[in-house]
Amino acid sequence: MQAKVSVRRFNPDEEQPKPYTQEYDVEVEENFTVLDALIKVREEIDGSLALRCSCRAAICGSCAMRVNGHAVLACKARVTQHLSEDGSVSVEPAGNQPVIKDLVVDLEPFWNKIRAVEPYLQPSLPEPEGEYLAPNDVMLHLVDVMGCIMCGACVSDCTVLEVDPNFLGPAALAKAYRFVADTRDEEDTKRLGMYNAYGGIWDCTRCGECVQACPKGVAPMDRIMALREKAIASGTPPGSYDGASYGYRHAVAFEEIVAHKGRLEETQLVVKTLGMFNLPKMLGMVPTAIQAMFRRKMPPPIAKAAPGVDQVRRIANRIKWNRLSDAE
Amino acid sequence: MYSHDVLVLGAGLAGMRAALEAARSGANVAMLSKVYPVRSHSNAAQGGINAALTDRGDDWHEHAYDTVKGSDFLGDQDAIEVMCREAGQELINLEHMGVIFNRDDEGRLGTRAFGGQRRARTFFVADITGQAILHVMYEQILKYNVRVYDEWYATTLITDHGRCGGVVAMEMRTGEVHAIRAKAVILATGGLGRVFEPSTNALICTGDGMALAYRAGAPLMDMEMVQYHPTTLKGSGVLLSEGARGEGAYLINSRGERFMERYAPNMMELASRDVVSRAEITEINEGNDIDGCVLLDCRHLGTAKIMERLMYIHEVALDLVGVDITKDPVPIRPGVHYQMGGIKTDIDGRCWDPAGNWRGVEGLFAAGETACVSVHGGNRLGANSLLDTVIFGRRSAQEAMAYASANNHLEFSEDSWVGREKAGMQALLDNNGGGDLVAKLRLDMATAMDQGLGVYRTEEGMQEALDAVRGMKDRFKNVIVQDKGKSYNTNLIFALELGCMLDCAEAIAVGGIDRKESRGAHSRLDYAARDDENWMKHILLYQGPGDQVTKEYVPIVITQWQPEERKY
Repeated sequence: MQAKVSVRRFNPDEEQPKPYTQEYDVEVEENFTVLDALIKVREEIDGSLALRCSCRAAICGSCAMRVNGHAVLACKARVTQHLSEDGSVSVEPAGNQPVIKDLVVDLEPFWNKIRAVEPYLQPSLPEPEGEYLAPNDVMLHLVDVMGCIMCGACVSDCTVLEVDPNFLGPAALAKAYRFVADTRDEEDTKRLGMYNAYGGIWDCTRCGECVQACPKGVAPMDRIMALREKAIASGTPPGSYDGASYGYRHAVAFEEIVAHKGRLEETQLVVKTLGMFNLPKMLGMVPTAIQAMFRRKMPPPIAKAAPGVDQVRRIANRIKWNRLSDAE
Repeated sequence: MYSHDVLVLGAGLAGMRAALEAARSGANVAMLSKVYPVRSHSNAAQGGINAALTDRGDDWHEHAYDTVKGSDFLGDQDAIEVMCREAGQELINLEHMGVIFNRDDEGRLGTRAFGGQRRARTFFVADITGQAILHVMYEQILKYNVRVYDEWYATTLITDHGRCGGVVAMEMRTGEVHAIRAKAVILATGGLGRVFEPSTNALICTGDGMALAYRAGAPLMDMEMVQYHPTTLKGSGVLLSEGARGEGAYLINSRGERFMERYAPNMMELASRDVVSRAEITEINEGNDIDGCVLLDCRHLGTAKIMERLMYIHEVALDLVGVDITKDPVPIRPGVHYQMGGIKTDIDGRCWDPAGNWRGVEGLFAAGETACVSVHGGNRLGANSLLDTVIFGRRSAQEAMAYASANNHLEFSEDSWVGREKAGMQALLDNNGGGDLVAKLRLDMATAMDQGLGVYRTEEGMQEALDAVRGMKDRFKNVIVQDKGKSYNTNLIFALELGCMLDCAEAIAVGGIDRKESRGAHSRLDYAARDDENWMKHILLYQGPGDQVTKEYVPIVITQWQPEERKY
């Protein structure tokens, strides 16, 4: 079967390098992956096509790139499943990272973010003579996160990184989770403090793109949410950066209000999140409030308690108790 | 000029373990690798790592005996003793670094059974053990802030009068060529599987380190000992872990028989890899095959066990051949997997003999698959390769540091070394005539090697392969590199790698023809028996003079286990 492989290329050696698209007609077999097709191009048609690849079996993490606009591991993506009606498939370099050449992107920013989460076990106790004892279920849970092959597919498609390059990003935060969830690592408080800071766990917008993109089922966003829960449960103070404390306070205020009123009081949520005396931020909300008024969507400043609020309060108390006993 | 006390080429498990050891001691150490460290092929080790832990009632002597027997008595027993004795502590070190490991009910490290061993002593992380250890080792490299030359490709060792003093390497991103000076150089560049097609090995496994050492005057040892893994996928040759059989999977032929009954009635599917691979080829040759394959059947293990312990091979089989191993048996056949031979070293990783019994290159060390200590002899046991990397990675670093502190830097002219390498690359880039494309020549070589040096070998077949490879070495001079650019020129790198592979291929064929017996992975139809009288020795190959290959022999080191008949 013929496939039209359309590759986004870039040659830094040109005088005024500009990205361009090149199409290759490739004879593909039924089981061919996009990587097989690209290797065929590189070996038989055009040796100048640059891409990273090595293991061919989704374990080395070299070949993350965008196929039809979404990040995949090229060695895991069947050509036949990505062909459009006209028999073509588009291949571009991974997103959110500067392109070096063709499908090869600069990974230094990626690794710098991995470095930033202190990605190594920090046990506080002296090492035992034998192994650390650890429950198998904790270890099996960690195997899922250790399944991360650092391919960067999640980073490619992260919508926060598109607008804020300071965000640590899904791969680094999933790595961070691996240490917080490891019973052998004793630095949870320090770690949660770090990850609470600017560019950390509260900057994720929960769009879910990283979960979609991850070829290994690591589900980075779920790990980030788990870190948020741990940060709140442990009472780890939010970092000094505004955004971090707002995200944290938003979550805490949300729970407080619902537990008290049985429903969400949106006006109170804003006040409690930003802080009553935080004048610049409160003033910044004024245009939003005016727009909401014109559209008759302004919530009342103080809401009545919901019917059956007692039951909601009982549930809230139960949750608090459970959380306390879990912490012990 | 870049300058280090110890420079490690390669950043897989052996390389990182070496660099970590040096960094912990405060040495000026750096690693240089053609791929980012976590891309290394140690990733692909699936099943586990062997160690005899005394508190589990195991004994390292038993592990050593299994290894000696597995090696078909070609392994050096002093080296095997070192590896097996130190295995327990090294395993615990890995756990302390943060490797996850599956556990038993008490939270201690759990084991699974593996081929060629009478006891379950393989410690594992599902079927991603290599990846799990490699990534943790890289965590440690980051912790100790080791300098890494990421995506640099070494093209030659800098030597003078039999001593190594650094390397010349290309920074792939810019195409710039530099000399890097080092008092001691450790080669940890992995295997050479791409010399064959198909192979389980990654595209980066091109025998670079072996070729560099060989060209610099160090001997390659027992190169004919190439392991065929019994369970590799049809087509791509991608590996399905021995862990599957360790967990109880069956091998069946087209008649539905568990044919290993006839070849290894005691150990069945868990006999040594050479034994199982031969059995499969025999079945296939006798017509008990399904389209050139036999079947690996995991169904009776149950979905829960498969998804907990064999999740990766489940993924691979589904992705690459569309088989769900919880529901169907998967077609497999033997495929090239591992080079037992390699650069000759002693038990401290030295590529020279201070006693002068064999010639080598001073200041040069090697560890891992690129080295031949020799702990694997004629056939490596599953899960001994990860162990080999960490034990001899550490030991070579210790010895390299001692060497570096006792010696000064080698004096050499940076310009002339760099100039010579650049000229060599330019000559390749200037080829425009009627030569072959790199990939075409690689495939011709790999196919010839597969045909001539497969599971069963003959003088005639090996000679044909050798002649073909020698012809290809001539064709290589005119090979066409289509990419004429400077930045990230992978096409040029492939050409340089092919040069390395051709040297390795020649050595494999020469060794194979020379060893006139069947031992371990080297099975000859024309010399079907093991010949302990004449062949209890290693074959050392030196490049030169000229186009020739010079052979030497050194005796196998025997400490406590005399050769005996090998049955499973």
